Amino acid sequence: MKRIAGWILAALVLAGVAWAQSALLINGAGATFPYPMYSKWFDEYHKKNANLQINYQSIGSGGGIKQVTEGTVDFGASDGPMNDDQLKAFQDKHGFGILHFPTVLGADVPTYNIPGVTGELNFTPEALAGVFLGKVTKWNDPLIASANKGVNLPANDIVVVHRSDGSGTTYIWTDYLSKISEEWKNKVGKGTSVNWPVGLGGKGNEGVAGLVKQTPNAFGYVELIYAIQNNMPYGRVKNSSGTFIKANLESVTAAAAGASKNMPDDFRVSITDAPGKTAYPISSFTWLLVPAKFSDAGKRDAIKGFVSWMLADGQNYAEALSYAKLPKEVVAKEKLALANVQ
Amino acid sequence: MATTTTTVPSAGPVVGSRSFLSRLREGDEIARLITFLFAASVVLVTLLLVFELWQGSVLARHKFGLNFFFTRVWDPIFDQFGALPFIYGTVLTSAVALAIAVPLGIGAAIFLAELAPQKISDTLQFFIDLLAAVPSVIYGLLGVFIVIPLMRQYIQPALKSTLGFLPLFQGPAYGVGFLTAGIVLAIMVIPYIISVSREVLLSVPRDQREAALALGATRWESTWKVVVPFARNGIMGSIFLALARALGETMAVTMVIGNTPTISASLFSPGYSIAAVIANEFTEATGDLYLQALIELGLVLFLLTFILNGLARLMIVATSQKGGGMGHA
Repeated sequence: MKRIAGWILAALVLAGVAWAQSALLINGAGATFPYPMYSKWFDEYHKKNANLQINYQSIGSGGGIKQVTEGTVDFGASDGPMNDDQLKAFQDKHGFGILHFPTVLGADVPTYNIPGVTGELNFTPEALAGVFLGKVTKWNDPLIASANKGVNLPANDIVVVHRSDGSGTTYIWTDYLSKISEEWKNKVGKGTSVNWPVGLGGKGNEGVAGLVKQTPNAFGYVELIYAIQNNMPYGRVKNSSGTFIKANLESVTAAAAGASKNMPDDFRVSITDAPGKTAYPISSFTWLLVPAKFSDAGKRDAIKGFVSWMLADGQNYAEALSYAKLPKEVVAKEKLALANVQ
Repeated sequence: MATTTTTVPSAGPVVGSRSFLSRLREGDEIARLITFLFAASVVLVTLLLVFELWQGSVLARHKFGLNFFFTRVWDPIFDQFGALPFIYGTVLTSAVALAIAVPLGIGAAIFLAELAPQKISDTLQFFIDLLAAVPSVIYGLLGVFIVIPLMRQYIQPALKSTLGFLPLFQGPAYGVGFLTAGIVLAIMVIPYIISVSREVLLSVPRDQREAALALGATRWESTWKVVVPFARNGIMGSIFLALARALGETMAVTMVIGNTPTISASLFSPGYSIAAVIANEFTEATGDLYLQALIELGLVLFLLTFILNGLARLMIVATSQKGGGMGHA
């Protein structure tokens, strides 16, 4: 018996030591799009703060909002801002609000596969809305052809490809179409999944990319990072100043800068169709969702510490992973807002 | 369930002759209880599943009622949900899969069990078991990289030029769609049909064959007219297993079906299945009604499996009565 008691004591001591070493564990869940960025950040931050471990599960934006509202995770993450109903649900459940912190930027790009056409095509907002509404059905339609003088577009039927799984990518795409087309806004609307008027559905960026690559005359949209990493050709889109802009890290950050002048205090802003000559119009922030109050002071300080590090040093890791950095104005504003986490 | 009710009474007379305590001491009663609990757990899990799906879809059931089954629109933005295109896609792809897999699978099983030399039969069986263990995402990839291009470039144009007058083979050839999903599903379920049917055929008593041969039947006649009818129930069982797998398959289907909720007579048209839409949209479903509509789809799939299995069982009862009780395998 004595020996057993000794073993138990030893085990308890060991467990105590292990407990003291991994002093603080913070759990988060949400968006899949920024997951590579977040896991890099949490890893780097853990190296600097060995007693803090941040655990992030990329279960999707909807799941992130749900879990943070239910209080099963310490923070959430989402590619689309929470809507007013969701904010109210959080407020009703907890008695305090939830704050949005933009972390990095993403964008959607139009990608296509037209036999015999190798150059970069230009797309006007009207052409994009027309194709996805099913009104522009041929590649040589004047709406597409007039922006692409000198390109020999075939008279073939366009095969539209969209995401079939609910995703932030779809949210950005439909948010943009809702802004530039009244008909889209009334008929289809914006969301992570919508009732598509036309087209085939591919699962994930890789599903859409696969269908576009395989199907002649296909036209779809994918995440900018996915297109860059897989060397996919993609087109330019006409922005609100009338310039055709190719999506890249600079033009996406420019869209955020253009929108930051009218940035609301809660950061819930859509930057699609943003003003600015060099702004790429189909861009978006992705957000951390942080409750305004923490009962555990240790967790509160840890999360605040991480967010301020993410806004400063953390931003330098973004471009290596093809994410666009936050503009300075937004960073400054977020630093002020961090004081609201109590 | 049928096995528990039949074994318990048959064990009854032996068990009943001793006192409960002695049975308990000797372990019979314990074994009976434990195995009964195991068998009951199957029923329990099923009931729990139905209960959870029923509870989880209360809002959607009240809002849409029976219209849920007959509405074609699936619009998460305007909160309009109807299951019809998904039910259609699930049933159609499974039907196509069985239409291809049943003759192929049973034919192969007959060859392996009755006609092939032992060595070849065992070797092939090894490969078939291997195929049954391949994860469905691999079949999906096979579909994406091999079946879809083949369909678009060769099979669909060929079908269109020969059988294009049928409404089944009209419309643009995207490569993805009902037919492609059905073919990929067929590839996935054939191993189940072969494997189970072969075992059943092998278990047909030797004297049945010998009796037929003694009456002057040829090898094929004894196989086709005696052995296969004798094994009919078991073969039917393999088809149910295949059907259940086809109805519930998610990953491989979503990769090749086109994920568009359409109802079209053409097998070339892209479609959607119940399991695929749940897998695609569940993670990002935020509204209460949206989430509940997806859960109700799960309930519909459960119901569909239940009805189809019930119909198939009725069919067995009907045909085995006609056959004079021959198929008691």
